Amino acid sequence: MSQPRDHSLQDPPALPPEFGTGPLVRKNSAITEPAWVRWLLIGSALGFLSLFLLLPLASVFTEALRDGWGTYVSALREPDAYSAVKLTLLAAAIAVPLNLVFGVAAAWCIAKFEFRGKQLLISLIDLPFSVSPVVAGLVYVLIFGAHGWAGGWLAEHDIKIIFAVPGIALATIFVTFPFIARELIPLMQEQGTDDEQAALTLGAGGFRTFWRVTLPNIKWGLLYGVLLCNARAFGEFGAVSVVSGHIRGQTNTLPLHIEILYNEYAFAAAFAVASLLAALALVTLALKTFLEWRYADQLAAARRH
Amino acid sequence: MNPFKPKQRRAIPGFGLTLGITLSYLSLIVLIPLAGVYFKAAGLGWDGLLHTLGSARVLASLKLTFGSALIAALFNAFFGLLVAWVFVRYQFPGKRLFDAFIDLPFALPTAVAGIALTALYAGNGWLGQYLEPLGIQVAYHPLGVVVAMTFISLPFVVRTVEPVLAEAEKELEEAAATLGAGRWITVTRVILPSVWPALLTGFALAFARAVGEYGSIIFIAGNIPMVSEITPLLIIIKLEEFDYAGATAIAAAMLTLSFLLLLLINLFQAWTRRSRNR
Amino acid sequence: MRTLKTLLKPLLIVTAGLGFGQALAAEPLLNVSYDVARGVYKDFNPAFAADWKAKTGQEIKIEQSHGGSSKQARAVIDGLQADVVTMNNPLDIDAIAERAGLLPKDWQKKLPNNSAPSWSAILFVVRKGNPKGIKDWNDLVKPGVKLVIPNPKTSGNGRYSYLAAWEYAKRQPGGSEASAKDFVSRLFANVPVLDTGGRGATTTFAQRDIGDVLLTFENEVRLIKEELGPEKFDVVIPSLTVRADNPVAVVEKYAARKGNAALARAYLEYHYSDAGQEIFAKNDLRPSNEAVLKKYAANLPPLNLFSVEQSYGSWAAAQKIHFADGALFDQIISAR
Repeated sequence: MSQPRDHSLQDPPALPPEFGTGPLVRKNSAITEPAWVRWLLIGSALGFLSLFLLLPLASVFTEALRDGWGTYVSALREPDAYSAVKLTLLAAAIAVPLNLVFGVAAAWCIAKFEFRGKQLLISLIDLPFSVSPVVAGLVYVLIFGAHGWAGGWLAEHDIKIIFAVPGIALATIFVTFPFIARELIPLMQEQGTDDEQAALTLGAGGFRTFWRVTLPNIKWGLLYGVLLCNARAFGEFGAVSVVSGHIRGQTNTLPLHIEILYNEYAFAAAFAVASLLAALALVTLALKTFLEWRYADQLAAARRH
Repeated sequence: MNPFKPKQRRAIPGFGLTLGITLSYLSLIVLIPLAGVYFKAAGLGWDGLLHTLGSARVLASLKLTFGSALIAALFNAFFGLLVAWVFVRYQFPGKRLFDAFIDLPFALPTAVAGIALTALYAGNGWLGQYLEPLGIQVAYHPLGVVVAMTFISLPFVVRTVEPVLAEAEKELEEAAATLGAGRWITVTRVILPSVWPALLTGFALAFARAVGEYGSIIFIAGNIPMVSEITPLLIIIKLEEFDYAGATAIAAAMLTLSFLLLLLINLFQAWTRRSRNR
Repeated sequence: MRTLKTLLKPLLIVTAGLGFGQALAAEPLLNVSYDVARGVYKDFNPAFAADWKAKTGQEIKIEQSHGGSSKQARAVIDGLQADVVTMNNPLDIDAIAERAGLLPKDWQKKLPNNSAPSWSAILFVVRKGNPKGIKDWNDLVKPGVKLVIPNPKTSGNGRYSYLAAWEYAKRQPGGSEASAKDFVSRLFANVPVLDTGGRGATTTFAQRDIGDVLLTFENEVRLIKEELGPEKFDVVIPSLTVRADNPVAVVEKYAARKGNAALARAYLEYHYSDAGQEIFAKNDLRPSNEAVLKKYAANLPPLNLFSVEQSYGSWAAAQKIHFADGALFDQIISAR
């Protein structure tokens, strides 16, 4: 549960005279660190990120451009690459909204209520992360495969799940399953229920309370969750690889297309397509940054709140 | 400190609806399919299970996989908290850019990540050429497993701690400072406790994700049995032999272990949350 | 709230725009194949399509699926509706016959040469100038020599390399199963990296500069030289190597269901035609037709060969002795 939201604290009490200097200066220095600590922290954080994040990314882009822009562009203009982009977007477009609805529902019941077995439920939600992607694909094969539990029935009715779009979407949903829920749960737990209580007391209905009170409170966490979920949906390889069937131009997603290129020793092309995936993720991140900038005042208000 | 009595909490609606959605979706997408793993593995019988799971090679791979995942998650917990703190609290040039890049390890297909990391850390790579003369081998060494796991699970801690840290009320810090607390005390007694649950969540997720990772690790690890062979690779090897039961047995063992560890972390997290609010 | 709507709108447009209309008018022919056959079928499929059109007037579409051989076999077993399978290992087609009954168990008798229109062999690729002086298998077990072989459990390439080393040791004067096991143990003690696939092993060798020798199929060598540097590698032909047949089969149940039975059969028969055999030879795969093979002798010189069937009776027997769970390979690799 959260700290008490005593809004009267927004007007800090006047400081005792022994603090000497003006309250404003005093206040700032009390809640921030000396400059050298600040820069030390910034330095080590950026050092870590450079070593573990930027350098690998830089090498992806270097490899992509090794044979020049011509190879880069032609790798992206290949029809197989185009159909892979379409399939990847489609899988994400199915997986993300479903996980969004689930994520909000799960976070609501976990954060706003106390019930037995809650930690068990949370752990079950986390579980898909620890499942090796290969196994994640395999479980759907065990169910929907020709020898799976539902396989015979599906074959009779000529319904294709695995080695077709539904299987790819299912595998994507599985690997991105916990993202949005897990982003929202700690945030909503931290926020507590008092805002909702207040709205309800004032006569708002449950849905209206959610829409007008909860959602604005969690929208940034929600956004992070959607972005993460989306990024992961774009990039998933292992699980999708098991259920895809690898039919060129039909059931290859971008990561699978990259594998093909890499296996043909077309390293530059493989990395070019990988950089395209990175760029797709960056587009969504740019969108986030834009929204943050556009609603900066709202965001600040929410944070001060 | 908890101002809410259970009776009041009942006033919030939607419990049945949201729990219903959660449980049905969870069952459909996760629980029923995963039950299939146990069902298939059970086909081996006890002797078969013990034979498969008790082999020195499987045990060595479990040790490597879970051990490396733990190290990677701890590493990410420390630096993730640091990064989140720096992003939320400080202004510095290039902050937006760095912030935008955090999520990229998820978007890059894991195989690409593995190839890029191997290229960096191999003896002829940008980093490897400096590390190997120092006697530090990363690529084709168990250390490579940790590096790959750190990369693929990097966003978790940052992204779970960031919103909570942003949410944490500066007023409380001000109050603490006003009451005479030094900065260090304020940080450890006021700020850390409020991000602690989120940090644990991030840690748990990073750990879970690292345990299951396959695509990037097989490129960098060297895959030598008993040394640098991860458990998911053993699952693949079983599948190559069309041994579905053996593959699912190892998968079930991994799943059970991960689940127990996640449950432990989540219980601990709930406990710290409760004791904080008491 | 506007934030959320702004976010969702593009998503909805994307979903609607892409649609689910994946249905195709006519069922194309699906060839499920192993990983490195891509190059060959890029040449082969258009040639066959043109031939088929000339004979029947029909336009056809051929789809390709490539991946690790056993993984592909699993996909077909689990319901990937292949009309034909073209593999680098008869075991994988046996598996489809036995586990799913999608084709008869005697599929190898349906086409000439045990249904294998082409084959290849394991050779050594060494660094330019052969600095370690590698000439034959016994040079690979010397201390200080590092070799790159993909994991025999996950790649056909690795399996053939392993079996060739075993056979070489057994055929040495005084050779026995025990001496062969010792030889192969020493050989694998010199392997620093076990990649999961042949192409990954090549990258480790060529791009990461790991190892002195790469064991790979003959048809891989030219691509390695072309793509990874012609001046960087030499090829060594060992005194004995293994014949790796690339079998093909019609997946009869699926082909019949899709109405492609005649087409699938013709597609495979075209593999044996002179035109088809030439395409294999041009891609450095050895054609089963001796006359065509002779024509390309400059590129594909005679080799001293043995086959797995010769030594073990069948692939299944070799698999059981060496690669099954806990069998010889597992013993060797766990003990190193």
